[in-house]
Amino acid sequence: MNNMIVSVNPHVYAKDTTQTIMRDVLIALFPAVIASIIFFGVRALLVEAVCVAVAVVCEWAFEKITNRPITIMDLSAAVTGLILALNLPVSIPIWQAMFGAFVAIIVVKQFFGGIGQNFANPAITARVIMLVAFSGAMTNWLPAAFSNAPADAVTAATPLAILGGAEGALPTLAQMFLGARGGSMGETSCLALLIGGLYLIYRRVISWHTPVAFIGTVLVLTALLGKDPLYQVMAGGLFLGAIFMATDYTTSPPTPAGKLIFGVGCGLITVLIRVWGNYPEGVSFSILLMNILNPYISGWTKTKPFGGVQA
Amino acid sequence: MFSGKLHGIHAPHRKNTVDSVPARLPVPPVITVPMSMNIGAPGKPVVKPGDEVKVGQMIAEAGGFMSAPIYSGVSGKVKRLDEIVSANGRFDTVVVIETDGEQTVWEGIKPPVVTDKDSFVEAVRQCGCVGLGGAGFPTSVKLNVDPDRVHNIIINGAECEPYITSDTRTMIDSADDVIYGAQLLQKYYTADRIVIGIEDNKPQCVKIMEEAGKGVPGFEVASLPALYPQGGEKVLIYNTTGEVVPEGKLPIDVGAIVINCTTLAVIAKYIKTGMPLVEKVVTVDGSAIANPQNVIVPVGTPIQNVLDFVGLKCEPKKVLYGGPMMGTSVPSLENPIMKNTNAILAFDEKDAEDPVPSACIRCGRCVAHCPFNLMPAAIETAYTNNEPETLKALKVNLCMECGCCSFSCPARRPLVQINKLAKGMLNRYNAEQKAAAEKKAAKEKEKEAV
Repeated sequence: MNNMIVSVNPHVYAKDTTQTIMRDVLIALFPAVIASIIFFGVRALLVEAVCVAVAVVCEWAFEKITNRPITIMDLSAAVTGLILALNLPVSIPIWQAMFGAFVAIIVVKQFFGGIGQNFANPAITARVIMLVAFSGAMTNWLPAAFSNAPADAVTAATPLAILGGAEGALPTLAQMFLGARGGSMGETSCLALLIGGLYLIYRRVISWHTPVAFIGTVLVLTALLGKDPLYQVMAGGLFLGAIFMATDYTTSPPTPAGKLIFGVGCGLITVLIRVWGNYPEGVSFSILLMNILNPYISGWTKTKPFGGVQA
Repeated sequence: MFSGKLHGIHAPHRKNTVDSVPARLPVPPVITVPMSMNIGAPGKPVVKPGDEVKVGQMIAEAGGFMSAPIYSGVSGKVKRLDEIVSANGRFDTVVVIETDGEQTVWEGIKPPVVTDKDSFVEAVRQCGCVGLGGAGFPTSVKLNVDPDRVHNIIINGAECEPYITSDTRTMIDSADDVIYGAQLLQKYYTADRIVIGIEDNKPQCVKIMEEAGKGVPGFEVASLPALYPQGGEKVLIYNTTGEVVPEGKLPIDVGAIVINCTTLAVIAKYIKTGMPLVEKVVTVDGSAIANPQNVIVPVGTPIQNVLDFVGLKCEPKKVLYGGPMMGTSVPSLENPIMKNTNAILAFDEKDAEDPVPSACIRCGRCVAHCPFNLMPAAIETAYTNNEPETLKALKVNLCMECGCCSFSCPARRPLVQINKLAKGMLNRYNAEQKAAAEKKAAKEKEKEAV
């Protein structure tokens, strides 16, 4: 009878694992995937599949070569690949999408030690690198189905560009909310992203603090600056960024207070770039910059131990 | 000062044995009574091989102030003194008694004379009581305080661990004893309030205790949310009085005494009848158990006998003293039921297997669920990097090892284990610092003398 297992408590565990959390994120992204296909066609699905596949293969290959445990089953690489794809224009050349997924997984994630160790969000960083490297292809927006772009139009300006003075008819608020407007293929449908966000909050994968602080800050600041706050909030990649990227565990603070500061900071930088910057959109840059500030915010917002006495 | 709610986890309840009226285990052929069943010094055996013992007879005296005497729960003959490996990995002396099945009660059993606080504390000491909630702290030491310092007496009926229902049965079957114990405490300590804290997943206990405590001045029942670890001492004090026990202090420093409801019932029984702590109600449950139930077991009964009585579905791969959140796994089924054993849980292979840890994903759940607002992931990093100063700043010594962090970790990091190791690292470091400082002071003194 000496083959019994002896181990330290606890002896029961919650159901959630890294894998179930990442699976929930994939489920939450599903409505956005559907929306991307509805508004931008089947090529959207192709780009998404390529990004996911390349991300997973890169993770597997890197871990194989460096002789580390294979972690593709935790689904985090698939999440990164999918989020990156949703951040790209549907017309992106496939090799560029593959390059983006490679950068996200190999350079941003694995070079820094793999899951939980990267200082910046892999999908965001890869997108920013692609924006610099392939600025033409990355800002080539095709007209969305059901949008008010002319039938013979080859490209369509994004609402933020139109608000900034570019040629084109501004979509209605309903088109903005449903996603029938120019932009990255997964960012346009606020409705789909909102459904995903509510699912993640319901499943307690994310808390409301970051998205509400982020979107709320953009809403309030743009209103104060005399912009149309509803267009500002629904345009660009704000919903996608606030719900799915600013809430990345590894690169954002763990405490509610930290999440609020993080969200407000993201909103502030987004508005600064949109209003005074050279780029029409600033969500990616804002999250990336706040990723860099994350260690400081986490340090400021440490929890206070119960009954702890200051030495 | 701290304000707000303490965190915790919604652990599965699995109170399958709530309605199981404790059945008496047939007298086992042999019992092995361990000497280390309390925090502090082990008991010193007062019997030798060949001695006849009866139920309620002393077999070991308290090994010091921080200790408690031990009594036999069976009648029979002492076979030998032996050594076993206890669940904490240390060697422990056991008194092995061959039973005669007669269960003859020792003729010296008589109710103690209790007239004041000191004789009450002495009676508690003679009763052999230790903290039966699991901690095993000698109860007489806890009660040996200036009565004027006690403002709140808190009876712990939370029983927040999954599976266990032995305290629940105490409240159902021995409510009068609990109330009698409460009245004794009321008499000898000048507490303003005497409150029993019960998790609200046991409404029947809340009702019974409210009923039983009617007319006892200052007595109240607090129905508390079923949020593990509601029954943790500092948690219970905060949730019933709003007081925060500071680092390195005891409940009495905030005017509170916390006593488990079963401990109190045992004391009451001893003062009424003179029968000391010799047997325990033990919840037997878990995925390897055929018919989960409560069993009355003499202290010292090998776990094997208890499992044989209840019936196994399969070979148990992990067996615990206590609940799945804080229980300790036993190395062998020869290990005995101890004074502070309130449950024996036996698990099949699937439930026994330790999860495979993966990399921390910094989700912050360990922080969000820690009742004491500690940062287990940061403690793990500091421990891995061998940084005792950081561990000190992170207040690792406040950790009560309740298991909420490991429970909620999606990467299945062994956070409790690391907290235990981190405490060891910090304590070693503190001892080294102290020794170095003393050495330095001594040298300087020497210099001055020269």
